[in-house]
Amino acid sequence: MEKLSLRELSEGLKARKFSSVELTQFFLDRLEKYNLSINAFISIDKDKSLAMASRSDSIIKEGKQDYLTGVPIAQKDIFCAEGWKTTCGSKMLDNFISPYDATVIRKFNEISAVNLGKTNMDEFAMGSSNETSYYGNVKNPWNIKNVPGGSSGGSAAAVAAMLAPAATATDTGGSIRQPASLCGLTGLKPTYGLVSRYGMIAFASSLDQAGPMCHSAEDCAAMLNVMSGHDSKDSTSIEREKENYLNGIKDPIKGLKIGIPKEFFSEGLDPDVEKIIEQGINEYKKLGAEIVDISLPNNHLSIPVYYVIAPAEASSNLSRYDGVRYGYRTKEYDDLMDMYCKTREEGFGDEVKRRIMIGTYVLSAGYYDAYYLKAQKIRRLISEDFSKAFKKCDVILGPSAPSVAFPIGDKKEDPLKMYMQDVYTISTNLAGLPGLSMPAGLINNLPVGMQLIGNYFSEAKLLNIANVFQMNTDWHRLSPKGFE
Amino acid sequence: MEWDIVIGIETHVQLKTKSKIFSGASASFGGEPNAHACLVSLAYPGVLPVLNEEAVNCAIRFGLAVDAKIAKKSIFARKNYFYPDLPKGYQISQFELPIVGEGSLSISMGDDNKIVRILRAHLEEDAGKSVHGVEEGKSGIDLNRAGTPLLEIVTEPDMSSAEEAVSYAKKLHELVQWIGICDGNMQEGNFRCDVNVSVKKKGDKQLGTRREIKNLNSFKFIKQAVDYEVNWQIERLEDGGAIKQSTILFDPDSGETREMRSKEEANDYRYFPDPDLLPLEISQEKINVIKAEMYELPNEMKARLIKEFDLSSYDADGITSNIAVANYFEDLLTFNVSAKLASNWILTNLFSRLNELSIDIENCPLKASKLAQLILRIEDKTISNNAAKKVFDEIWDQDKSVDDVIEKLGLKQISNVNEIENILNQVLQDNEAMVEEYKSGKDKAFNALIGQVMKASKGKANPGQVSQLLKEKLKN
Repeated sequence: MEKLSLRELSEGLKARKFSSVELTQFFLDRLEKYNLSINAFISIDKDKSLAMASRSDSIIKEGKQDYLTGVPIAQKDIFCAEGWKTTCGSKMLDNFISPYDATVIRKFNEISAVNLGKTNMDEFAMGSSNETSYYGNVKNPWNIKNVPGGSSGGSAAAVAAMLAPAATATDTGGSIRQPASLCGLTGLKPTYGLVSRYGMIAFASSLDQAGPMCHSAEDCAAMLNVMSGHDSKDSTSIEREKENYLNGIKDPIKGLKIGIPKEFFSEGLDPDVEKIIEQGINEYKKLGAEIVDISLPNNHLSIPVYYVIAPAEASSNLSRYDGVRYGYRTKEYDDLMDMYCKTREEGFGDEVKRRIMIGTYVLSAGYYDAYYLKAQKIRRLISEDFSKAFKKCDVILGPSAPSVAFPIGDKKEDPLKMYMQDVYTISTNLAGLPGLSMPAGLINNLPVGMQLIGNYFSEAKLLNIANVFQMNTDWHRLSPKGFE
Repeated sequence: MEWDIVIGIETHVQLKTKSKIFSGASASFGGEPNAHACLVSLAYPGVLPVLNEEAVNCAIRFGLAVDAKIAKKSIFARKNYFYPDLPKGYQISQFELPIVGEGSLSISMGDDNKIVRILRAHLEEDAGKSVHGVEEGKSGIDLNRAGTPLLEIVTEPDMSSAEEAVSYAKKLHELVQWIGICDGNMQEGNFRCDVNVSVKKKGDKQLGTRREIKNLNSFKFIKQAVDYEVNWQIERLEDGGAIKQSTILFDPDSGETREMRSKEEANDYRYFPDPDLLPLEISQEKINVIKAEMYELPNEMKARLIKEFDLSSYDADGITSNIAVANYFEDLLTFNVSAKLASNWILTNLFSRLNELSIDIENCPLKASKLAQLILRIEDKTISNNAAKKVFDEIWDQDKSVDDVIEKLGLKQISNVNEIENILNQVLQDNEAMVEEYKSGKDKAFNALIGQVMKASKGKANPGQVSQLLKEKLKN
């Protein structure tokens, strides 16, 4: 049952092969058995999940079933869910029980999907290895000595170890695609504005975007059908007609023009990863795609630009955690300033503090023009690179991450090395474009992700292109050992 | 030494919207602490601001009223600082691109008009407030006010006396109520002024260093604070001292200004565009629609009253001093009364009665329809202006008809020539001495004779007619 796709689960529920309560109990049992070893979840609430499952069963009985009704979904702990502890991986919110639902959570509730629990993550989504979580490392199910990637490492590990059929995740600079790559999953970061950010705890508002973390492109399409759509509570959410991402997902891709950016295959890329991506390209050639060379000349600037803009926004977004109204407050303090300082010193981890300091610095009088404003200008250049590229091709293909999953502790003390993990993913966040990572091979039994980047709102196309690959290959069907 | 005084004013006008500027929470004043604090007001994790369109409309109305440019595109920015009454740790405001650009407001100083240039006006959210003394050693936070919409209106340093500053503040206060964007309740903090004051040697081009008096919420305080501050600065400079740019508070009890503690002072606000809000784009169509819906502005109405009805500038100012007065005046005119009489009656009898009783014209018990009946009786010469005052007293707050009162008090004017002539002849007979005096050149005697006639007629004779007839008689 743990290997069933979302479609198979949906059909099984509809045919009453199993009930939502049975299905939920099955995954809760797996959680109990395996979560300790990989630490993928921060909060599990069996009673709540089973109560939701029971409600789903009565809806199914009434014949009002939606595609994902009754299916247990793991939710990244960045989404506020009413009555659930919502921590964002931080000590700062360790005591925070959300009084409201994020729009994404509300949408899953509306179709009566089951909340299976809240997954571990890098603190405030800042990290690429899940080592910054207040709740401890998440371990990669493919090799528990390795990281699962981040920041959505809990969601990735949970789905990879088959502790959940699918999970939600968020991506600010690669936080869906890089852990998907490192855990052998298919993950999609949609176009900025496609999925509402309301109730999704903000890291960098102009870059944050939620998306699905699943085994296959087809599963991602089913998840995106629920998650996407305009929300009047998010001013940056885009008003456009809702699509069904399952439609046309099997369409042939003959004649598709795939652009290969030379900048994605230069220094820094593990040669073994490069080989696997080349095999993926060959597979697409066989499927009738045309390969064209393209260039994204400003891609090398995306990491420096990102590490100005994202911390700048974060420094301001995280100001609300001041110990006054909710969350952590230091025990003893002399006065207001002392309370602020101790609360934030004790409540935030090192990486969060580092980024708050960088962000505060780049926004300061006298530095704003040189850093923040300049970064915004380059951000536009990076976007323009993509629009030029999409005149020559339909989709861009490259690696998702420069290497496979690395050992826990390997890059923890060297932030700059860690930041390089997102070298192929960050530019799409800066441009607001959709990007998808899917498994394309193994190196020493560790998965390698291949990335597809599309033009704005081309999610349906991306899912179609990925699905056709998955109809002809089996990489997405592989699972790590030890979780049977 | 002689000094020039230079004053600029920043006014925070609370906009009259139902809900807050970035959330659906009520923007009404008062209530239990935090009764109007929704998740957005409380800055819960994950919540997002959504701009209230009504606040934008208010800003556009203001821009049009001061003949300013409305920005096609303006940007909301975050002003970052930590304070317990600022739940997000930043205030959403507008910095580089405000919604309203340069405009102007004309103020009256005696018979002269003076133009005060408006530099800009921008939208922002208000903060909450700290509540001290509820519990020993602790402070509380009330976020009811957090997120209520403000329009901050900034002038150029165009005023040169406390009187001008007050005149500007009053004019602005009237205007924002006139165009319906602010309740203008100064006690509730609806309208607060930060006044920038500096002095320079008379004729100097270079401006002096300014000090900003924060948060003045009455015209009296503006006058007192500016007067005190100007003297303080002049004395200091004349003593060879220097002025340091700073933020100061006015203490109404002592009548003095004092510098804020350094902690209360401005720091580096790290402004940057708020990524949660898209740039605010306003189309010309939208501006046109709002313009078409707007009432005539005070200055426009004043000009019309002077031109159309030949009112004096002073009277036209009075009628257009606030929207409620203007409305009362317009109501009177719908009954076809003379505009001049209507304006006289409002500005004299009605105003003095309202003043005596300390009530606003909105709550005036005498409805315009009834006052109009009274004025019509003056116009058709049924009663004299003096008699009308007696009727006014009777109908002020009582359910009596104008004609009934005139009848009952016997105030009807005698306009019949024969009747007046009879009375007149009798008076002349009885007062031969006065007639002689007049004839020997003492003009005063003429008025005394009129007085006698009025007395004899019990005030009912038409004074104009009396005067005319008397002149004719005395010629013979």
